[in-house]
Amino acid sequence: MDAQTIIARRVAKELRSGDLVNLGIGIPTLVANYVPADLKVFFQSENGLIGTGPIPEQGMAHPTLTDAGGRPISALPGASTFDSAMSFGLIRGGHVDVTVLGGLQVDAEGHLANWMIPGKMVPGMGGAMDLVTGAKRVIVAMQHAAKGKSKIVPRCSLPLTSVRPVNLVVTDMAVIGFPDGRATLLETAPGIGIGEVMAVTEAELVVPDNVPEMRI
Amino acid sequence: MKAVSVEEAVAMIPAGASVMVGGFMGVGTPERLLDEVTRQRKSGLSLICNDAATPGKGVGKLFDAALVARLTATHIGLNPKAQQQMLANQIDVDLVPQGTFVERIRAGGCGLGGVLTPTGVGTLVAEGKRQIEVDGRPFLLETALRAQFALVHAFLADYLGNLSYALTSRNFNPIMAMAADTVIVTAEHIVPVGVIAPDHVVTPAPLVDYLITNG
Repeated sequence: MDAQTIIARRVAKELRSGDLVNLGIGIPTLVANYVPADLKVFFQSENGLIGTGPIPEQGMAHPTLTDAGGRPISALPGASTFDSAMSFGLIRGGHVDVTVLGGLQVDAEGHLANWMIPGKMVPGMGGAMDLVTGAKRVIVAMQHAAKGKSKIVPRCSLPLTSVRPVNLVVTDMAVIGFPDGRATLLETAPGIGIGEVMAVTEAELVVPDNVPEMRI
Repeated sequence: MKAVSVEEAVAMIPAGASVMVGGFMGVGTPERLLDEVTRQRKSGLSLICNDAATPGKGVGKLFDAALVARLTATHIGLNPKAQQQMLANQIDVDLVPQGTFVERIRAGGCGLGGVLTPTGVGTLVAEGKRQIEVDGRPFLLETALRAQFALVHAFLADYLGNLSYALTSRNFNPIMAMAADTVIVTAEHIVPVGVIAPDHVVTPAPLVDYLITNG
C-alpha cells in the first residue's frame, strides 16, 4: 500500500455518521474514497456546497457544479448550496465537525504551518486559516517526512496557519495526538517500528507504554 | 435597474477603478463583462476577487492583459501569471483568509465598520491590525471592504433585476451585489417577472443598477 493510501484509509476511520466534514486538496481529498457506504457523512466544499458527490462521468459535468479547486463534481441527494458567507459561517462558527488538511510542518505543540514558504511559495491561505481556527476537530494528513526531512518539528519555522493546535496528525508512519499539549505517538503504521518513527521525527515525541499498530 | 449593452456598461468603468468580481476559480464569473473590460483595456484596476482563476478564464483574463494594479484575494496559487506579476512587483497583492474576505465585503454592504474574527490571531495576518478581547477571547478587527463597481453573474435575472443563482456559481456574487456603488450583472437567462418566485430571489432587484442585455 502506498503512503497516500495508508494515510487516507486511516483518516477515514476518524469519521462518524452525521459528521459535517471538509476535506482539503491533495491527500485529504482521497479520504472520501475510503468512507464505508453505510456511514452517512456530509462533505462540504467551501465554495458553497454540502453533499459533494463523486466526479461526474464523461460528458455529465456542469460548469456551475465544481469543487474548491474549480474541478467538476456531482452532488448527492439531499445536497444544499449556499453563498460564501454562509459557507465560512459554517466553518468559523464551529458547525464543521472535522476538517482534514495537508501540512508543511506540525510542531510539538500541534501548531500547523501549511500555507506559505516565504520567498518560494506564496499562493495565499484560501480557507485554511478559517478551517483550522473554527472546525471542531482538525486532522492533518501528510507524509511524515519530505525529502528526508521531518515534517514533525520542535517548533514551526514556517508561518503558522492558526495558533489553535490541531487534534490529530496522520502520516504514512504514525498517528500523533496532542494530549496535554505534547506530541504523543498514538499508533505506528503497519510494519513500522517505534524506533523508525523516532529516527525520522525531529520533534520530541511522548511514547506511551502501549503503541498499537494502525488498523486500516 | 437599467438594461444596457455590455459595451455601454464597461464604458462607465474608469481606468484605475476598484472592481469586485464574483466567482470562485472562474465559476460564477461574469465572463462577458471581463471580455469587454479586456477589449476596452481598462488598466490599473484595483481588483477584489476570491482568487486569480487560471490564465484565459474568469479574472485570469485581466492578468493576461496586465490590467490589474492591485489585488485583494484569498488564493492566487493556480494562476502562474498573477504569481509572476506579484513577484515582479507589477501588482500589489493583499492576501486575506477566505472567511475574512467574505465577511469584510458583507460588512461593507451591510453598513458595518468591520467584523471581529478569531481567524488570523497570532499569525502573519494579524500584523498591523487591532486585537480586541470579547469575553476573554482574542479577535482581530477586520475592516469593511467596498468597491466602486461589482461585476456579478447570476443564473436567472428577471426584467426588474431580481436575481437567483445556480449551485456553486453563487459563491461571492450575492455578497458583492451589496457592497459596491454600482452593481452590473450578467445572467445566464433573462426571464419575465414572476418566473423567480419571491422565496427564490437571492438578490432583490433594487440592488442591481445595470443588467447586461442579451446579444
